[in-house]
Amino acid sequence: MTVPAGREARTVFATARRVLGQLAHDLGTVALILALPCVLLILLRWVFHGVPGSFARAGPQLFGVFPLIVMYLVASVATLRERVNGTLDRLLCLPMRRLDLLLGYVVAFGVLAVAQAGIATGLAVGVLGMRVAGPVWLLLLAAALDALLGLALGLLTSAFARTEFQAVQYLPAVILPQFLLCGLFVPPEAMDGTLRLLADTMPMTYAVQATSRIATEPGITSALLADLAAVTAFLLACLILGAFTLRRRTP
Amino acid sequence: MFVPLDALSENQQPVVRVDQMTVVRRRVVLRNISFAVPMGSVTGLLGPSGSGKTTLIRTIVGLQARASGTVEVLGLPAGSASLRREVGYVSQAPSVYPDVTVRENLRYFASVLGLRGEPRAQAVRRVLSDVDLTALAGTVVGRLSGGERSRVSLAVAFLGTPRLLVLDEPTVGLDPVLRRDLWALFGRQARHGTTVLVSSHVMDEADRCDRLLLLREGRLLAAGDRGELLARTGTVRAEDAFLRLVEAPHSLEAG
Ligand SMILES: Nc1ncnc2c1ncn2[C@@H]1O[C@H](COP(=O)(O)OP(=O)(O)OP(=O)(O)O)[C@@H](O)[C@H]1O
Ligand SMILES: [Mg+2]
Repeated sequence: MTVPAGREARTVFATARRVLGQLAHDLGTVALILALPCVLLILLRWVFHGVPGSFARAGPQLFGVFPLIVMYLVASVATLRERVNGTLDRLLCLPMRRLDLLLGYVVAFGVLAVAQAGIATGLAVGVLGMRVAGPVWLLLLAAALDALLGLALGLLTSAFARTEFQAVQYLPAVILPQFLLCGLFVPPEAMDGTLRLLADTMPMTYAVQATSRIATEPGITSALLADLAAVTAFLLACLILGAFTLRRRTP
Repeated sequence: MFVPLDALSENQQPVVRVDQMTVVRRRVVLRNISFAVPMGSVTGLLGPSGSGKTTLIRTIVGLQARASGTVEVLGLPAGSASLRREVGYVSQAPSVYPDVTVRENLRYFASVLGLRGEPRAQAVRRVLSDVDLTALAGTVVGRLSGGERSRVSLAVAFLGTPRLLVLDEPTVGLDPVLRRDLWALFGRQARHGTTVLVSSHVMDEADRCDRLLLLREGRLLAAGDRGELLARTGTVRAEDAFLRLVEAPHSLEAG
């Protein structure tokens, strides 16, 4: 017999492999994940064409938003499909921990998130002329973390959805408030107390702060590390909560 | 490795024990059900559409919420974590990934069961031939017919070495030859010590079972040995026994 920890890691990688296999049969989704943030960035650059300084500010901020939203959508549909297929019930009857299933998704989509971040960073910095004061690899890391945060949020909320329709309805409910308060429209410092407090409880705020800091502050500041740590903490919390809310017994 | 059936004592602990179990799904769907399934048998769970077969099966594998009473599998409460290796479950609707191939599905579920390398490859080959899908191993499941898809789903349950197999209408819509082969396979599993619980709404299939659970409108009409049940109702076919039990339930109550 093998050690349990090794067994569980193998289950995670087997799941990741299966998810990547599903994606290999569904290149449309892969293209969507990889290309959509780029298309949005190009559109953004175009919108800000005649407004000097705007893309320099909003570009890095939206860098913290687009990967998150794209991955959120893909993840919430993916787990719902497990439920509708009946494969979720089946897996829950097999010797598999619920967290390992979610981690399998994280590994598979993590590969995609890194590719997505690489392409988007290359495009923004190399072609669209987005200025980055800090190291470029850090922007890449932040974008990948961001995408994974979107994934974890999607996995968590889809545990509550019973139908595709409900899952889609969660998008405006979960993402739009964060989008409004993340600092894109009004910086958190300029918000009134309650609003600021609300913004501080939302993961996207930290994702956007992190990417703006990387763009404007040279080197690695402790404020930046705190933002990245906050994103990671939200990511892990969503995954653990997601594992708990994946109910085995259903009515 | 296998326990021969005749070595089991009469008072052996049952594999499934259900006692005064009631399930509510919006309304009461199963009412005060009690029965036991002994080891190494093929037990048929028969009842018309909507009688509660799937609900009962979901309760036994621990997926059904709001079930009161006792439901034990191998002496443990249904759904216990340590039962996940011991119980193979096939749902009524095929539960496999439609967007990958038959082989990729089987490899994945085999990995989740802890198999890898050559033993995994062997298990995949074995179950493919059990359900007669070897020729379609490389096909994406979504492009298979309904019956082929449910065979893929069935094959997954044979990958491991469960002590209890719970199959929800596994033979619906299959070719008679394959149906006969599958029932022979269930029988072989039972002789090797795996207890098999199979549901069906086709009464003909009852004649292939050692034991029967007859369900109607959420109530258990009868539970026990098929031969005994036929003798008690004075019939030769399960369908007639079912009708007898519906029409004159009290005169036939077992002592
Ligand atoms: N998800 C559900 N929520 C509420 N009630 C349900 C649900 N699923 C089934 N029921 C009800 O429970 C009863 C039993 O259903 P069940 O699926 O167990 O029957 P069945 O014997 O398996 O039927 P079939 O042979 O058609 O598969 C039915 O009256 C059905 O309406
Ligand atoms: Mg059913």
